[in-house]
Amino acid sequence: MKHLLAASDLSRDAATAILDDADKFRQALLGRDVKKLPTLRGRTVITMFYENSTRTRVSFEVAGKWMSADVINVSSSGSSVAKGESLRDTALTLRAAGADALIIRHPASGAAQQLAAWTLDEQGGPSVINAGDGTHEHPTQALLDALTIRQRLGSVEGKRVVIVGDILHSRVARSNVSLLSTLGAEVVLVAPPTLLPVGVDDWPVTVSHNLDAELPAADAVLMLRVQAERMNGAFFPSAREYSVRYGLSEKRLAALADNVVVLHPGPMLRGMEIASSVADSSQSAVLQQVSNGVHVRMAVLFHLLVGAGSEGLGVVS
Amino acid sequence: MIVAVHDTGVPGESADRELLSAADVSRTISRIAHQIIEKTALDAPDAPRVVLLGIPTRGVTLATRIAEKVREFADVDLPHGALDITLYRDDLNFKPPRPLESTSIPTGGIDDATVILVDDVLYSGRSVRSALDALRDIGRPRMVQLAVLVDRGHRELPIRADYVGKNVPTSRSENVKVRLLETDGTDRVSIAPYGGPTR
Repeated sequence: MKHLLAASDLSRDAATAILDDADKFRQALLGRDVKKLPTLRGRTVITMFYENSTRTRVSFEVAGKWMSADVINVSSSGSSVAKGESLRDTALTLRAAGADALIIRHPASGAAQQLAAWTLDEQGGPSVINAGDGTHEHPTQALLDALTIRQRLGSVEGKRVVIVGDILHSRVARSNVSLLSTLGAEVVLVAPPTLLPVGVDDWPVTVSHNLDAELPAADAVLMLRVQAERMNGAFFPSAREYSVRYGLSEKRLAALADNVVVLHPGPMLRGMEIASSVADSSQSAVLQQVSNGVHVRMAVLFHLLVGAGSEGLGVVS
Repeated sequence: MIVAVHDTGVPGESADRELLSAADVSRTISRIAHQIIEKTALDAPDAPRVVLLGIPTRGVTLATRIAEKVREFADVDLPHGALDITLYRDDLNFKPPRPLESTSIPTGGIDDATVILVDDVLYSGRSVRSALDALRDIGRPRMVQLAVLVDRGHRELPIRADYVGKNVPTSRSENVKVRLLETDGTDRVSIAPYGGPTR
């Protein structure tokens, strides 16, 4: 495995291997004062964040540092990007500076794929990890969601996962649909028609516009943030109406079975798509998702950067 | 020392010679348990806290069995767990990647304890070095000892075992295979003149 560009590239075996290793990383660090493994000693990991991020950037940085890699953060402000340097030139510069892995978040869909193509050289170039590209994919988020569901429910296979909200602008939804169906889950999308993408009929999912009808049969509910920054039109009449029809309120939480797990990729808009009390309830796995995010990203770095040659445990582009 | 020539009847394994039979394996584990009790003065009133840590996969099984024997002989419950060393190996970038194994450190940790590392075969000593590095990150044991079922020689590092089930002179081209009931369905240690260091 050389790059991780999309969850749709992951075979079931490759995804399972990453999830298994993420659990092992959690075990290996459990209860330790010294959270440091020598596994990536001498490797250089550079994160390139062209969009704001707290969780993803921090957890990639923590993952790299706990494995003893040298982690360097480049953000669009404070680098030559602000002076107008192109993505390609920045990437080639970072390759020349000795990056073993490039982790990229970019507002343009396909940016990670482009980066992998541009930085290819005779030795193969750095490994590229997609940390979110436009409305396309965010594979490590899907992996950590799958891991959280597996930990809470025992398995992913056969579970009914309801994804609610702004599907249209959500790379998290796309990656999750792909990965969860690869792992054998049944995925239901709930959204207003205006927030569903064209072509959703071809996805391996059931589509519904009625949240209350879908909650009783759910094993896991994944709430999405309404991405106002990507909205250039009127997708729903008002925030209040959206919240009433598609928000996970306390009353709706009560309609869920006791063991149903509530996920949110963050950042949460409390009171919009999720009620504050629901976000803090015992069924909410929001903070478990963050911890899992670190372990999943350690597993991904391990699979991409460790081992002779680039033949990893799974075979991805 | 070669104990017996044993034909397994399995094609391709006819040259596989038995070093320890099922009864030998059981006796050897009992002996190691007795030696641990004696050497660490486990049955004394001021006995140290002893923790057994097996190196996956068969070291973990052996650690569990040794703990059972110690309970039987000395009526002491030894905390035992698993220590995966994959992330500490020095050959990670020279070999194909391998899946990680489980780590479980017994409650109470290893600080100030006498940690006994348990592995099936002691060969180059590199696994043990990795385990020592891992221990350093987990805590500060009062003492670290090493127990192995088979010592086959060819050390590449200044490491020796405190408890050895059986010393076996081998050639580097030979392959020592340890099979245990829990993982392989049978207790048996054998040597084959092929393969080299596959483990």
